[in-house]
Amino acid sequence: MTYKISEGGFYGEYGGAYIPEMLWRNIEELRTRYMDIIQDESFQRRFYSLLKDFAGRPTPLYFASRLSAQYGARIYLKREDLCHTGAHKINNTIGQILLAQKLGKTRIIAETGAGQHGVATATVCALMGMPCTVYMGKTDVERQQPNVARMKLLGAEVIPVTSGNATLKDATNEALRHWIAHPLDTHYIIGSVVGPHPFPDMVARFQSVISAEIRQQLTEKEGNPYPDYVVACVGGGSNAAGAFYHFLDDEHVQLIGVEAAGKGLQSGHAAATLALGKPGVLHGCKTLVMQTADGQITEPYSVSAGLDYPGVGPLHAHLFATGRAKFMSATDEEALRAGLEVSRTEGIIPALETAHAFAILPKLNLSKDDVVVINLSGRGDKDLQAYNQLI
Amino acid sequence: MNRIDKLFQRREKNILSVFYTAGFPGLNDTVTIARHLEAAGADMIEIGIPFSDPIADGPVIQRSNNRAIANGMTLKLLLDQVKQIRQTVTMPLLLMGYLNPVLQYGVEKFFTDAAEAGADGLILPDLPPEEFELKYRKKAMQAGIHVVFLVTPSSADERIRLLDSLSGGFLYAVSLSGVTGTRTSFTTEQDEFLKRLQKLKLKNPVLAGFGISNSESFHAACRLANGAIVGSAFISLLENSHNLQAQIEGFIHNLRSLPVPEGK
Repeated sequence: MTYKISEGGFYGEYGGAYIPEMLWRNIEELRTRYMDIIQDESFQRRFYSLLKDFAGRPTPLYFASRLSAQYGARIYLKREDLCHTGAHKINNTIGQILLAQKLGKTRIIAETGAGQHGVATATVCALMGMPCTVYMGKTDVERQQPNVARMKLLGAEVIPVTSGNATLKDATNEALRHWIAHPLDTHYIIGSVVGPHPFPDMVARFQSVISAEIRQQLTEKEGNPYPDYVVACVGGGSNAAGAFYHFLDDEHVQLIGVEAAGKGLQSGHAAATLALGKPGVLHGCKTLVMQTADGQITEPYSVSAGLDYPGVGPLHAHLFATGRAKFMSATDEEALRAGLEVSRTEGIIPALETAHAFAILPKLNLSKDDVVVINLSGRGDKDLQAYNQLI
Repeated sequence: MNRIDKLFQRREKNILSVFYTAGFPGLNDTVTIARHLEAAGADMIEIGIPFSDPIADGPVIQRSNNRAIANGMTLKLLLDQVKQIRQTVTMPLLLMGYLNPVLQYGVEKFFTDAAEAGADGLILPDLPPEEFELKYRKKAMQAGIHVVFLVTPSSADERIRLLDSLSGGFLYAVSLSGVTGTRTSFTTEQDEFLKRLQKLKLKNPVLAGFGISNSESFHAACRLANGAIVGSAFISLLENSHNLQAQIEGFIHNLRSLPVPEGK
């Protein structure tokens, strides 16, 4: 069994590039050049130097002693929340903007939901002096004001999207439409392991630095690189892809993705695409998609704006289909309580997205020698309003 | 013989194809509009299958999609409407839409059912040609239905030849970068692209689409292609329509009329 992308851009039956011909040249250019570019030595040197000196990598692998005592296991937290801009998103945007430069592109566009990817994109655009336009659903613009202000401060233009339900999927539609109209000078920095091939593989490779570091750090701390569990939250799935990547072929490492069950998995207000979706095509790739029987995409719900995407990366759809990873879900309430618990037990306020990963700890039946790595994908400053209900 | 082939056999120039969204403005207007279009002198119709996330379409077609879905439009209902259209309408009819609703219906079943209902062709812009060739081409041929592919100014010559070899009926030339309904005049970029297509000596006739909104752009496209497709401009008309029959007649008449030369 392989979990790597095929020559044709598929993970098993998922992936591919289902795009209108207007995007063909852009996608073909990326497809034929991305591996050569990112494997080039000078690119690697520049990428890792920016990850180190600009983003603050490697991020610590922190032994969470009080959580470990509470759950009777050895729990480590991969501190992506300590990355510059407060989440793992910067790993991908650094990689993609360097790639865009190699391709001779002069403008950057991006979509964003909660605003974390938008901020990470605006940040690297400021760093490289490239104009940046971020599409963001009008609903999200209104509920994520601090991130909108950060993007503007960094010099990005934020365009509120009013089509559809005015959230992440509509922002993605609008970014794709803009790319169709500006194919020559523009690169589209997709924020997750979604979209047409080669985006899912490219983003997974840029995020794979997370699991590369985990292996090295665990070897130092535990004497071997293999945890028993790697746990990460899944919306589109970029932080999970990065945390799983270098463990995919180590079948004895249990990979656990946690989706957002919103108000309850069967409540009609959830965002757990792997649990609730059916195979379909969204934003250029074949994957599991939340949709009606007639194939209309439905609007997912989660208290966390970073998880409410109606699709999921095709890698995860494949890991789900093959059983290589196990996918669980956590409700809004479970996530909020877990976030509060981590804040008070470890002194770390996790992003609401990340809080979903912590919420499944009680369900894992851990034993005291189990080594668990939780990918702490982002910090929770942006979520104070939601957490406030609990205090 | 497929009605699309018959049409191009009979006439090679000034083909006017009209695109509109199924179930818009009213759920059952799909049928009425087809009848009015034939009476008004359109040569061919392309009926859009509504989709919640139409990434290649501008605001006008997006709005019509949303309204059609809210009206309760489904692919199954559309096939019933095509049957009704076929009771009176004889011009070629194509269904055009994004892949996901078709995937849920079943691609092969859709080819068969669409042909049986009376459709002559299908346009699925996000169906990769390679996948069509590998998985579905045989089925389409068996069903006697053409699958029409899009070519754009950014498609390499070799790619255009591939798309032409797979395309049935005609080739849909998206003559400008951009989504639907966002331009009003015909530009040199479009001219150059259509000239490039002429030089490639393709097997299919070429219809130009995207940016065809009035008599001037229609006739400009017709000079270099076998005809043109009008979509967003027609849907804008439907959006504000109070008398479908009269307005459709007027719209087609105006499109067909030769534009007043500049400076006169």
